[in-house]
Amino acid sequence: MPAADLSNQFDQLMNEAKSLAPADTREQIVSAIFQTSAALSQECVTHTAVAKRDRTEQIDRIVTSKRWGFPIMLALLAAVLYMTIAGANVFSDSLARLFGTIETYLTMAFQAIHAPDWLHGLIVLGLYRGTAWVVSVMLPPMAIFFPVFALLENYGYLPRVAFNMDRLFQKAGAHGKQSLTMAMGFGCNAAAIMSTRIIESPRERMLAILTNNFVPCNGRWPTLILLSSLFMAAGYTGGWKTFVTAGVVVAMVLFGIVVTLTVSWVLSKTALRGIPTHYTLELPPYRRPKIMETIIRATLDKSLYVLKRAVTVAAPAGVITWILANLHIGDTTALAAFAHWLDPFAKALGLDGYILMAFILGLPANEIVVPILLMGYLSAGALIEADGLHSLKQLLLDHGWTWLTALNMMLFSLLHYPCGTTLVNIYKETKSAKWTFVAFALPTAIAIAVTFTTAQLARWLGLV
Amino acid sequence: MMDKTYTVALMGNPNTGKSTLFNVLTGLRQHTGNWPGKTVTHAEGECRHRGTLYRIVDLPGTYSLYSNSADEEVARDFLLFQRPDVTIVVVDATALERNLNLALQVLEMTDRVIIAINLMDEAKKKGIHINTKKLAAKLGVPVVPISARNREGIDALLDTVDAMAHGRINTNPLSIRYSPEIERGIAKLLPLVKDVMGDTYPARWIALRLLDGDTSLLQALKQPPQPLIKEGNAYACCGSVKSV
Repeated sequence: MPAADLSNQFDQLMNEAKSLAPADTREQIVSAIFQTSAALSQECVTHTAVAKRDRTEQIDRIVTSKRWGFPIMLALLAAVLYMTIAGANVFSDSLARLFGTIETYLTMAFQAIHAPDWLHGLIVLGLYRGTAWVVSVMLPPMAIFFPVFALLENYGYLPRVAFNMDRLFQKAGAHGKQSLTMAMGFGCNAAAIMSTRIIESPRERMLAILTNNFVPCNGRWPTLILLSSLFMAAGYTGGWKTFVTAGVVVAMVLFGIVVTLTVSWVLSKTALRGIPTHYTLELPPYRRPKIMETIIRATLDKSLYVLKRAVTVAAPAGVITWILANLHIGDTTALAAFAHWLDPFAKALGLDGYILMAFILGLPANEIVVPILLMGYLSAGALIEADGLHSLKQLLLDHGWTWLTALNMMLFSLLHYPCGTTLVNIYKETKSAKWTFVAFALPTAIAIAVTFTTAQLARWLGLV
Repeated sequence: MMDKTYTVALMGNPNTGKSTLFNVLTGLRQHTGNWPGKTVTHAEGECRHRGTLYRIVDLPGTYSLYSNSADEEVARDFLLFQRPDVTIVVVDATALERNLNLALQVLEMTDRVIIAINLMDEAKKKGIHINTKKLAAKLGVPVVPISARNREGIDALLDTVDAMAHGRINTNPLSIRYSPEIERGIAKLLPLVKDVMGDTYPARWIALRLLDGDTSLLQALKQPPQPLIKEGNAYACCGSVKSV
C-alpha cells in the first residue's frame, strides 16, 4: 500500500473518530477507568487496624510545612556536610602519609634498577604523585558524603525537597517538576538532563535543561568541600571550623539555587515566555532504606565510580601535564606558557592561569579539575611531599592563593559550563546545536560575570 | 538451534519498585531510589529461569498511557511496537486503587499481562489485606504478591512468567465498560480500525484512543518503524532484537 494512501486512510479514520467523539471524551474515559479501579479495590482490599495515623503524613506535615520546610532542609544539608568534613579530615591525612611512604619505596626501587631520571619523573612524580594526591584528598569526603546522601535519598526525602521548592519554581515561571530534576542534578547533571523528560511542555523542559548545571554534581562536591575546608574557616578552630566550612558549602548550594531561579525567571520572561502548567507531585511514603546495602552500593556506585573516573582521566592527564611541564619552549615550559597566557584574564576573575587551564582541560569531567590543577602546580617546581591537607594548603599558598582565590574557584566550579557528558546529553535531548551552545555559553558567561564582580569588589574594598 | 529468548516488560506507576524488581531479576545494579521519575529511559537485562532466557526491560514509571510526556510515550510505544511476550505491571500494594488505573489501561493493550503486587510487606504493616485470588479472577490475568526488596514471591512470579511465555496460561482480561456514548463510538470505529490496521494492533484500544483524539498515537502508527529511531541509542538496541 502506498504511504500516501495509508496516510489518507489514517486521516479519514481520525476524522471519523472526531465526528463520533463526545465533547467530554477524556473525562468519560478517565471516570470509567477510575470507577472500575475503585470497584475492584473495594472488593479485594480490606483494611484492619487503622489505629495509628499514617506516620508519613505526620512527618510530612512538619518537613513540608511553610515554616519548617526550608530550615529543616538546610539543617539536614549542613549536617551531612558537617559529618563529611569532620570525618574526611581524619583519614585524609593518614591516607596521604601512606601514599608518601609508598612513594619513598617506589623511588628506591627506581634507583635500585638504575632507571633514567626522566622515567622516574614521568612515572613517580607525574603519574603516581598526581594520582596519590587525588585519592587522598578526594576519596575521604566522597566516602562519607555519598553514602549519607544516598540514605536520605532512599528514605524518600528528595521529593520533599522538590515539594518545598515547587512554589518558588512556579513563581519563576518554570515547571514545579524542575525542582525534581534539579534535585537529581545534585547527583549527576548528565543524568538529570535525561530526567527532564518528565516535564511535558518543551518550554519548561528547556528551562530545566539550561539551569540544571547550577547545582553541584558528584564531580563538584569534592571540589567545593575541599576548598571550603582549606580556606573558608581559617580564623576558626575545632568544631567551629568544621561548622563554618559546612556553612560555606551550604551557602554555595543556596547561591546555585538562587541563580537557577533567577535564570529561569529571566528566561521565562524573555526567550522562553509562557505560563507554567499545573501538575501533581506525588510524595512517596518514607521507607526505611536497607542501611548497609545503601551504604555499600553508594560507596561502590558513586564514591568509587567518581574516583575511578577521576583517576582514569587524571592518570593520563598527569602524564600529559608532566610532559607539558617538561617540554621546554625557549626558557619556559609549554604548561607554564599556556598558564601564563591565560593568567591576565584569570587574574581579573580572581583566579590564576593554572586554575583556568584546569577548568579548560577538565571539560570532559568535573572530577579532574582539581587533579589537573594540582599536577600543574606540582610540576611547576614546588615538589613537596604529599602528606595531606596541610601541605596541600601550603602548596596553594605558595602559588599565591588567598581566600578570594578559593571562593572564586568554588563559584566558577558551581556556575561554569556543564561537563562534556552533560553537553552531549543536552544535544541528544534537544537535538539542537543552538540550544546546546546556549547551555554552554550561558553558565560560562554567568560564571565569568560573578567571579569578575567578586574579585573586583574584594580588591576595591581592600579585602585582599 | 537456540531456544527463543522471551521479552518481559516491567511497567507501573512511578516509585512502585520496578527498578528494585528489575535488579532482583537481572542481578544488575541499576540505580534505585525512593522517588518518582527515577527511570526515564528503559533499562535492559537478562534473567534465566528454568532453562529459558528472558530479556527484562524496565520501562519508565507512568500514571497513564495517554502520552502526556516523553516517558509515557516510551512505555506506550514499547508495548505497541515491541509487543513483549509478557508484561509485568508492578503495582503498589499500599495504593492499589490508584495503581490499578494504569494496570487497566495496559490490559486494554495486551492480554499477556501479569500483575505483580509489590510492597506487600509494607501493606501488611499498614493493616492492608489484598485478596489476590479474587483480584486475579476479576482482572482475568494472574496476580502475584511480591516484596521485591525482600526477594519474596520472586520465584512464584518467574514461574508465572514462564507459564505465560510458553502459552500455558489463558487470560481473559477485564474490559472496561465505558459510557454508552463512547461504547457506540468504539463499535462504529472498530471495523474501520481493523480494516486499516489489520490485527497487528489492539483494535478496541486504538479505537478508544482515536475517540480521545490522541494524535501523537496516530503519528506513531503512521510510521511504525520511526518511533524506534526517535529515542536514539536507547531504542536502537531494542529494535534489532525483535522486528516490528
